[in-house]
Amino acid sequence: MEFFAWCMIAAGFGMAIGSFGTGLGQGLAIKAAVEGVARNPGASGKILTTMMIGLAMIESLAIYVFVVAMIILFANPFTPQVMELAGK
Amino acid sequence: MTHPFLFLKWLEEQLHTHVGEHVTYTWLVMLVLIAIAFLASRAIKVVPTGTQNFMEVVVGGIENLIDETMGPKGKTYFPLIATFALFILVSNLVGLVPGFYPPTANLNTNFALALTVFAMTHIIGFKEHGLSYLKHFMGPILVLAPLMFIIEIIGHLARPLSLSLRLFGNMYGHEIVLMIFFALVPFLLPVPMMLMGVLVACIQTFVFSLLAMIYIAGALEEAH
Repeated sequence: MEFFAWCMIAAGFGMAIGSFGTGLGQGLAIKAAVEGVARNPGASGKILTTMMIGLAMIESLAIYVFVVAMIILFANPFTPQVMELAGK
Repeated sequence: MTHPFLFLKWLEEQLHTHVGEHVTYTWLVMLVLIAIAFLASRAIKVVPTGTQNFMEVVVGGIENLIDETMGPKGKTYFPLIATFALFILVSNLVGLVPGFYPPTANLNTNFALALTVFAMTHIIGFKEHGLSYLKHFMGPILVLAPLMFIIEIIGHLARPLSLSLRLFGNMYGHEIVLMIFFALVPFLLPVPMMLMGVLVACIQTFVFSLLAMIYIAGALEEAH
């Protein structure tokens, strides 16, 4: 049963590390975009569009971690084998 | 799993069929869209009112976006992009209504959409450039072409994966967050989360259609 405890830890820590990097990256992107809009408010439409694409690209990293965490928690491919081993 | 009651799933169980709730709700979204399109275009007037007015704003907005992103060549692909945008927006937003399941919270629906984008980009590329479309994959230097070819192929194959997983992760993640909040404090606490759900639904629609546009525009431009 230790296997499942480690699964929980892996999912939690994976999500934490993934969102840490994603948060830093999105913060940097928004900082640059806000500075750009502050200097040239006329270009806000173009900057917003580009920033959205960039944010979606960065965010997809956290989303991948989330999908992996969900696979670990709910659709773990090794669960039947572990249950079989534990049953012995 | 995340919704306690889905009326179409219940209906399906009454009829003893096993289509899957994401398929039935996709049909529902399709019906809603067809009904709206029919209502808007049933009696077209020069001075629009009601549904026609609303749909003109929506379609005009998408048309503007395509014009900004893809230039004059993009007009041809307006039906494809607008269909993506409307379908994804409606199916994202439908998940916020109790008893409805967003079809985009299932990987199968998203992968179908992403594969359509993937296939369309290459079909458009070959139609536009003929066999010289392969130059897109070769890179600038001919000696490095075998190396670039493999890298480009991997890059192109990652596109449908990232497109579908992004939409799926956002919608499914939002469902799970909502469900956890409902389990913790059912009173008023999920409301700000649902507000964020509206935001996420709109942004993900925007991102998906924008990326589809960029991919198609990338296939349209000349290789260099």
